[in-house]
Amino acid sequence: MQNNGTILKVTNLKTRFFARRGVVRAVDGVNFALKRGECLCLVGESGCGKSVTALSILGLIESLQGRVVDGEVMYHNLDLLKSSPEELRRIRGREIAMIFQDAQSALNPVFTVGEQIIEQVKLHLKMGKKEAKNRAITLLREVGIPSAERAMDSYPHQLSGGMRQRAMIAMSLSCDPQILIADEPTTAVDVTVRAQILDLFNELKRNREMSLIFITHDLGVVSEIGDRAVIVYAGKDVETAPVSQIIGSPKHPYTVGLLDCLPDFAKVVDRLPSIPGATPDPTAPPSGCPFHPRCAHVMDICRQQEPKQVVISVGHSVSCHLYNG
Amino acid sequence: MIDTEIFLDVRNLKKYYPVTAGLFSQHVGDVKAVDGVSFQIRAGEILGLVGESGCGKSTLGRTILRLEEPTSGEILYGGTDIARLDKKGLRALRRDLQIIFQDPEASLDPRMSVGDSIGEAFIIHNIGDEMERREKVATLMEQVGLEAEQADLYPHEFSGGQKQRIGIARALAINPRLIVADEPVSALDVSIQAQILNLMMDIQQKFKLTYIFIAHDLSVIKHMSHRIAVMYLGKIVELAEKKELFQNPLHPYTEALLSAVPSLQSKKQERILLRGDVPSPMAPPQGCHFHTRCHKAMPICSSTEPQLTELQPGHQVACHLYT
Repeated sequence: MQNNGTILKVTNLKTRFFARRGVVRAVDGVNFALKRGECLCLVGESGCGKSVTALSILGLIESLQGRVVDGEVMYHNLDLLKSSPEELRRIRGREIAMIFQDAQSALNPVFTVGEQIIEQVKLHLKMGKKEAKNRAITLLREVGIPSAERAMDSYPHQLSGGMRQRAMIAMSLSCDPQILIADEPTTAVDVTVRAQILDLFNELKRNREMSLIFITHDLGVVSEIGDRAVIVYAGKDVETAPVSQIIGSPKHPYTVGLLDCLPDFAKVVDRLPSIPGATPDPTAPPSGCPFHPRCAHVMDICRQQEPKQVVISVGHSVSCHLYNG
Repeated sequence: MIDTEIFLDVRNLKKYYPVTAGLFSQHVGDVKAVDGVSFQIRAGEILGLVGESGCGKSTLGRTILRLEEPTSGEILYGGTDIARLDKKGLRALRRDLQIIFQDPEASLDPRMSVGDSIGEAFIIHNIGDEMERREKVATLMEQVGLEAEQADLYPHEFSGGQKQRIGIARALAINPRLIVADEPVSALDVSIQAQILNLMMDIQQKFKLTYIFIAHDLSVIKHMSHRIAVMYLGKIVELAEKKELFQNPLHPYTEALLSAVPSLQSKKQERILLRGDVPSPMAPPQGCHFHTRCHKAMPICSSTEPQLTELQPGHQVACHLYT
């Protein structure tokens, strides 16, 4: 059924949280398709719904009191949103794995790194103890941990921030997943370590047959690692394109604004262009286009009608009235 | 507008935190957060302090304001040594030196209206009567891009960027001369970051302020600073004018930092990848602290510590490659 090598297709995903102060529309109609072997970046500011999108795909949202209210997540021929908990458990960690932002809190502090990887390998791949141990050591080597045998017996707190992040990547790779979702894996680490981790991801991309969903707020990181990018604003995908086009010829005023307000390393300016205002309250999103209160090109229609997705060129689509008709 | 007059002269400043262990809290070592830092800053200048987490940049900023007690060294401001001031002298000094914190969420009292938070300094320093204070608060709020009517609201009713504006208004309240800005935009989203950076530039020019601007983000540092000091494990390893530092970085650590910045350019320059993480500041490596990760390390680097020396006018570096 899937053509052109699409491995995961998210259609009109909507996730809500029912809080005391109202219904939080965390994800409000996100669409994207992930191709085999590519790195797709989900880009947006805090609260735009990029992490919730990932958790919704993996069926982890209900444990956070949220609910997916609409949409479809097709993985091969399976709608993950309609799958049974047993099916999801089989897929999660084994076929679709996830890395979290903060390795410190994602690893279990009372088990050694080795024990945690071995547990996963034994559970999903039905390996014996010895075999699982060897596999864990191979994985730790693959992610660039020096003296992997010693790291096996280390507890997470005994490793440095960069090594912990690597250990977590090793764990996520343990079952050779087809899709790896990485949620801001470089945000909590220092610049020099970030460069190392990005380098590792690029290496994994080359050496493994794996699709990567990379969640980040940093367009610099996107340009280093991404093949395609989806810009998310207020729970919606507003622009999707190959990374070179997102950076070289952005179409949506929000994408343009995001790129402009980055202090440019190459040139010196007196004032930075900025986007006025702040991201909207997810319990009461603006009418029409969610970006219209902050947009420099706002027209009457933007306040009333939600823009439809327009295809600008092959693989480049944008949801903005400027390009409608 | 940078004066030639030296505004602040920091000499061999050290801040050690003792580490204790055992039943009787024996002193087993020190975390040398700031380990012999010297620099000068001129009036009207923005000095950027950049480095990775744990390099001591925040501690340095806080120690200069005596929010941390210095272990040794001098901080000369006008004719006085800040490091030696008593309580009374410090209170007077705080009118001149202020700070903006990283996390506006944590630095505002949630139970105080923002107007009261901003006006608190007037009460402490006995400035004006109630009417005058309210007026001043209103002016300050407008100066930082808020509305005077918002003075009666509480911090939770503001967004992150607005909270940082309130933090800036607080720092400006009593007309300081120097502001230490400790990672003022790192907790904010990119689209908001630019607004706050622009605001800080505007007020710097308007009130002829001197800034010590602390950040880990090199693009932000580059945008804001006139001169930049690069720190690694409690020491300044390189200090130069912005343009000079970016065009002609001398210290291998500076080189690596610059090359680690993700860029939007399609043509990527060759990246210098450092090995490993920053070592623990409790047990920094012998000799040059950076030699364990340096791609140009020589035998001497592991035994002798390089001193910060002026290689070209205004360009200081602490590295054996140049001695």
